[in-house]
Amino acid sequence: MLSIAVHLANTPPQLLPAREQMAFTLAMHILLVPFGVALPFITVLMHYRALRRDDPVALLLARRWSAVMAVQFAIGIITGTVLSLEFGLLWPGMMGRWGDVFGLGFGVEAWAFFLEAILIAVYLYGWRRLKPWTHWWLAVPLPFTAAMGAFGIIAANSWMNTPQGFTLDAQGNPENVDVRQAIFTPMFGPQYWHFIVAMFMTAGYVVAGVYAVGWLRGRHDRYHKLGFTVPFTVAAILTPVQFFLGDNAARAVFHKQPVKFAAMEIVWKTDRHVPEYIFGRLHGNGTISGGIKIPQLDSILAGFKPSTQVTGLTAVPASDRPTPTEATIVHWAFDIMATIGSVLILLALWYAWIWWRHRDLPLNRWFFSCAALAGAACLITVECGWITTEVGRQPWIVYNNMRVSEAVTTTHAGGIWTMLGIVVVLYVTVFSAFLAVVLKMRTRWRIADEGAAARGAHGPETDIPYGPRREPVPGEAGAATGGGSGTPSGGAR
Amino acid sequence: MMADVIAWLLVIVIAAYACAGGTDYGAGFWDLTAGGAERGKRPRWLIDHAMAPVWEVNNVWLIFVLIIMWTGFPVMFQAVFEALWLPLALAAVGQVLRGAGFALRKPTRRIAQRRVYGAVFAISSLLTPFFLGSVLGGVASGRVAVGTEASADAWANPTSLMAGLLAVAATAFLGAVFLCSDARRFGADDLVGYFRLRAWTAFAALVVLALVALPVTRDDARYVWDGLTSGLGLLMALLAGVCGLAAVLLLARRMYGWSRCSAVATVALAVLAWGFAQRPYLLPTTLTVSEAAGAAHSLRWLGIVTLIAVVLVGPALVLVYRLDTMGRLEPLTDTDTSAAGLPGDDQ
Repeated sequence: MLSIAVHLANTPPQLLPAREQMAFTLAMHILLVPFGVALPFITVLMHYRALRRDDPVALLLARRWSAVMAVQFAIGIITGTVLSLEFGLLWPGMMGRWGDVFGLGFGVEAWAFFLEAILIAVYLYGWRRLKPWTHWWLAVPLPFTAAMGAFGIIAANSWMNTPQGFTLDAQGNPENVDVRQAIFTPMFGPQYWHFIVAMFMTAGYVVAGVYAVGWLRGRHDRYHKLGFTVPFTVAAILTPVQFFLGDNAARAVFHKQPVKFAAMEIVWKTDRHVPEYIFGRLHGNGTISGGIKIPQLDSILAGFKPSTQVTGLTAVPASDRPTPTEATIVHWAFDIMATIGSVLILLALWYAWIWWRHRDLPLNRWFFSCAALAGAACLITVECGWITTEVGRQPWIVYNNMRVSEAVTTTHAGGIWTMLGIVVVLYVTVFSAFLAVVLKMRTRWRIADEGAAARGAHGPETDIPYGPRREPVPGEAGAATGGGSGTPSGGAR
Repeated sequence: MMADVIAWLLVIVIAAYACAGGTDYGAGFWDLTAGGAERGKRPRWLIDHAMAPVWEVNNVWLIFVLIIMWTGFPVMFQAVFEALWLPLALAAVGQVLRGAGFALRKPTRRIAQRRVYGAVFAISSLLTPFFLGSVLGGVASGRVAVGTEASADAWANPTSLMAGLLAVAATAFLGAVFLCSDARRFGADDLVGYFRLRAWTAFAALVVLALVALPVTRDDARYVWDGLTSGLGLLMALLAGVCGLAAVLLLARRMYGWSRCSAVATVALAVLAWGFAQRPYLLPTTLTVSEAAGAAHSLRWLGIVTLIAVVLVGPALVLVYRLDTMGRLEPLTDTDTSAAGLPGDDQ
């Protein structure tokens, strides 16, 4: 306890607000990242189907998704710009000393992102006047630019986790910088693939979730079926892959950042035959309360045999490792992520089984209820994954090389608290407004579809309840599609 | 050697941001001054349509400025962000307000909500370039050195004030010139004259401010002032003036495409002039380019990455601006996504 008190006394007062602000702005930004990275891909996929099969329903979905993307991408750009500015506003010490060692990743990211911003503008605004296939082909590079952008960001972040590619001179400043080593650090590969797949999965489950909700509300039409199937299939295929990648990433942490791994698994003393705790809370004296204890399992997971030695938190001085509270947070984040990941595998298997047996979507409320929740669950895992990697590195901003307290700005704590207050109010307002706008779009589309369906039902050519919709007629204002969404039949409601 | 190349790259990227982002801020400025909902309806409609496809691209330049700063000259980056914390924090807040206001106004259909988003967008379009300009002024006046603590003096001084106002006037000028040709492109002939008048007004303001700035900053920012009034700095400044005059005359002759080019040249040359004037310092007169330069290996790679990026991004950038000026980029309408109106919609 004493060491913690001493540690706290050594931290500058502006550290807490700076940290809170970074955590808050990143936590908000990361909610938009899956869509910035993966929504273009899912939309391009749907768009391809529309063009290839001359499918008006798929075309309508692709158009509507890109209308949502237009707003979402804009909000993502501004929250991302804020993060770049915050590197200077909150952590000038880190950038001043290490900027030239690990900054190049950001350089790659910025150019890739620039390309993405250009191409997305062409895509979003090209619907009306470009030739269909030209328009589609111009969007094809989008997923690649997104992957390249993520490459840069993860390169920078994994460097903070396992810094290399430099030597230190007598004053402790980096010299002999080797950029290639600084980009391809030990944690880069595991982190990158885990992240990319997480983004595609999350976007897939969230988008599919929207249509799962529609299905649950009785809108059993082809529009909802297609809107659900395409993104859900992408996410379901990736779910088992992600399980493997996540496991791989955890083992990489075990080898490269043993203290972080100790926090993730709340291991106090270095030992063999270490038990696995599922949840539970670590106390300052090394005891653990609550949680489910499974003997030997942690050692087995880390090294495939019970005799594997796992480094404990006490292997390093108290000032060089996460506090027990931080370790408990990391542990919970990690366990929540792993639990949700495992449940999602069951969901993916369920989907595969249904598809294999029926070659169709089931009329199963339970399945759609779970699918509707999968998106929200995925967003939670994204937050958890990020908490695991960031809080698990504490008190280091550059692992074993610079403490967060050394990197923080010299600005007066009051100033940062004020800015944090403004930023919180601003972000909450902007995100609520964003959500309101998207929900309003959804309402407009639903009303239009229902109106068209009602008209269709009384018209001379009554649409078949689950039949295809008509091609939207240019110039016809408001509702332009027909389909059986307004009058649900069967026992669905 | 490589450090000089990267320093010039930084100047060029700042110039690109001043031109692209500047046009964007300028459009926001004219949104602010367009008057009430009814009177300002048409100019705002034009601003919305002209900006929408390219505003994200225009604002990405700022991220490059930051990245080149911290990868190329980490010490300078740290010094600037520590000394000029407040204006940079305010610029960050301004960025959020501006982007959110603009992005959310587009899909909103109710007048009352549009008004709120529009006001947020327009006011922050005025404040953000002012603060960024004052940061530039703070650096140019030599008030920022390695280890300088944040203080009001670093950015609330004559040079910063003039730089901030000049930035606002320059963005207004760029915005109006661009909106002239956009008005013609969108077939809104009444707005061509409307924005031409505003371009002339903004140019006049720019000239007046520049003339006021000359005596005001003479002793306040001596090193840069000397650089701007002699040698290559003076040449660039004069060329900027000539281009500005040309833009104004071209507007009078109704040659809107060319006036656009010379307006861009005006701002770009003004930034270049500042670059020449500040040589060899990044932070006059305490930190030179070579002193601030990051690791040589990183600089070389930064150069290589930039080169590859120019090859990849250049054609895409040409494509988007070309499609935009050819009028091939149009937003999705309610018809395209088949959206219905809701009770309470105003348009």
